[in-house]
Amino acid sequence: MKAVRHLKSCTVVLPSSDIDTDQIIPARFLTTTSREGLGKNLFHDWRFNPDGSPIAAFPLNQTLAKGCEILVAGRNFGCGSSREHAPWALLDFGLRAVISTEIADIFRSNALKNGFLPIVIDEKAHSYLLDNPGVQVSIDVENLRLTLPDGLQVSFPIENFARYCLLEGIDQLGFLQKHETAIRKFEETRPWKP
Amino acid sequence: MTTLHPKTLYEKVWADHLVVAETDATPAVLYIDLHLIHEVTTPQAFSLLRQEKLAVRRPDLTLGTMDHSTPTTPVRTFKDLAVVGEGAANQVLQMQKNCKEFGVELLDFGSDSRGIVHVIGPELGATQPGKTIVCGDSHTSTHGAFGALAFGIGTTEVGHVLATQCLLQRQAKTFAINVRGALRPGVTAKDLILAIIGQVGVDGGTGHVIEYRGSAIEKMDMEGRMTVCNMSIEAGAKAGMIAPDEVTINYLQDKPRSPSGDAWAQAVQRWLALRGDQDAHFDKQVTIDGGELTPMVTFGTNPGMVMPVSDTVPDHNGDNSFRKALDYMRITPGMPISELPVDVVFIGSCTNSRISDLQEAANVMRGRKIASGVRMLVVPGSQQVKREAEALGLDRIFVDAGAEWRESGCSMCLGMNGDTVPSGKLSVSTSNRNFEGRQGIGARTILASPMTAAASAVEGHVADPRPYLETS
Repeated sequence: MKAVRHLKSCTVVLPSSDIDTDQIIPARFLTTTSREGLGKNLFHDWRFNPDGSPIAAFPLNQTLAKGCEILVAGRNFGCGSSREHAPWALLDFGLRAVISTEIADIFRSNALKNGFLPIVIDEKAHSYLLDNPGVQVSIDVENLRLTLPDGLQVSFPIENFARYCLLEGIDQLGFLQKHETAIRKFEETRPWKP
Repeated sequence: MTTLHPKTLYEKVWADHLVVAETDATPAVLYIDLHLIHEVTTPQAFSLLRQEKLAVRRPDLTLGTMDHSTPTTPVRTFKDLAVVGEGAANQVLQMQKNCKEFGVELLDFGSDSRGIVHVIGPELGATQPGKTIVCGDSHTSTHGAFGALAFGIGTTEVGHVLATQCLLQRQAKTFAINVRGALRPGVTAKDLILAIIGQVGVDGGTGHVIEYRGSAIEKMDMEGRMTVCNMSIEAGAKAGMIAPDEVTINYLQDKPRSPSGDAWAQAVQRWLALRGDQDAHFDKQVTIDGGELTPMVTFGTNPGMVMPVSDTVPDHNGDNSFRKALDYMRITPGMPISELPVDVVFIGSCTNSRISDLQEAANVMRGRKIASGVRMLVVPGSQQVKREAEALGLDRIFVDAGAEWRESGCSMCLGMNGDTVPSGKLSVSTSNRNFEGRQGIGARTILASPMTAAASAVEGHVADPRPYLETS
């Protein structure tokens, strides 16, 4: 995983609440054995008409969204299926963070393991971002601060270890493997065996 | 007797699996007792193992099956598979190759034990009280019905468990859902969990592990408990759990992978002792009167948009997401939901594809025909459920009524295996998600119990199953 310390970008807004991972990447695109190439089908059924032409009104298809790396979404983003294809598709499309007032647990965990930032902020700042698509914001992972265009800073939580991994670009598997001795001891000494 | 630090059921199972405790700086290292794997969320994890030259640490604690992208028409050869699409066929071949190369047991197409991952774990007796169980699938919460701590993980975490048999985890908050009283006839575990999600909301459980308790839960059989725990994730919860009791023990006795002999006696003793302390603290509590519930259906595009099947569709003026959902469903506030014509009925999925689910549906359908123009698919959760149903003659009841009887698999729950609902068509489904397009592009899904689904198939519109109780 590459280190992520700062992110400054314009925003693209999807105001719906409860955007589930089936919308982010429909199940029929999960018949892949790779992590790459999912971006073209991101939000497929919201982005494209049945004939494959883009739906002009969908925010990600608009000129304003070009180059924007930060998604602002309604409450409870990423609910539903555990598919890690959701953050893979968002990253492959060119997005690097989502801002909401609540983000579903499994999506958040998957996102952090891929350097995609799940940013949960208070309702007031969120409501400003929902109402003002395209504004420039910056995210400071080290200090857990989001800076709005007027300079106002709001804080967001990221669990300490996940934050450390983001800042240093550390893969969590390596950290787990360092516990091999403890894992073996646990296996040998536990009172019952699975 | 009060204990010094009373613990909930979840906190006990958690503590029992700590290889390294969590600190402010680092999460806990949690040991995993059973890792279930399937073809869709594992290929990238096996690729990582190959790339890093790692082995599967405990193939003996890992069990593979194929369910998601596999067709439910009889499959024996690659040619049959290719019917579903090149991607799905490649994924299945990859699963076979990965399991063979890394020494993981795979319940392959030819296996009598193959089926939906959350149906086979319990029916084989691999799912047991007090275990930690994970799978790259959010409905892993199903196994919590046995007092296991079971939750869905992403593919990166699948790689972590394959390589180390452990996960990095923070302890979750606790949420008690107490269900008083007894469910009335025609009201099932599915109706209960839909009512619960409607009450707490699709994010009501976020960050929490739910424990379901109370007399309605105690009276429920294991298959009903699995249905309840299965949909914990639809309330946003990390997991759902139920304390093991005699019902759990009776279910597990003589299952192929349950302990036997002296080990069985010891296990039973340990399992029956596994329950939350009486004065344990929960971060959140909700109490529901089970006796007041009626059959429930969803009417929107998430599992929290629920209503009694006998009611009119509610309204929430000014809520854009609510309005968007109703527009997608082509449903108007104020209309009786039972006026909605049905095109497709699906009985199956990890929520409701077990033998009691099929029996309940068959009891409604016995001697009846499905309404003209309705297509009905009945998909048993495993090859074992299929055999049991056929031994009871349930397949004949469904086929005589005009339904299709299939091989096991996830089928129409998620439209990635050839079984889909056509665009714009309305489906009454016993599955767990009514998200836009979940059952196929443009498909409109109403979630319901097997009885409600069967009654809807017979009547050709969304229907209350209770009138069928006396005659069945």
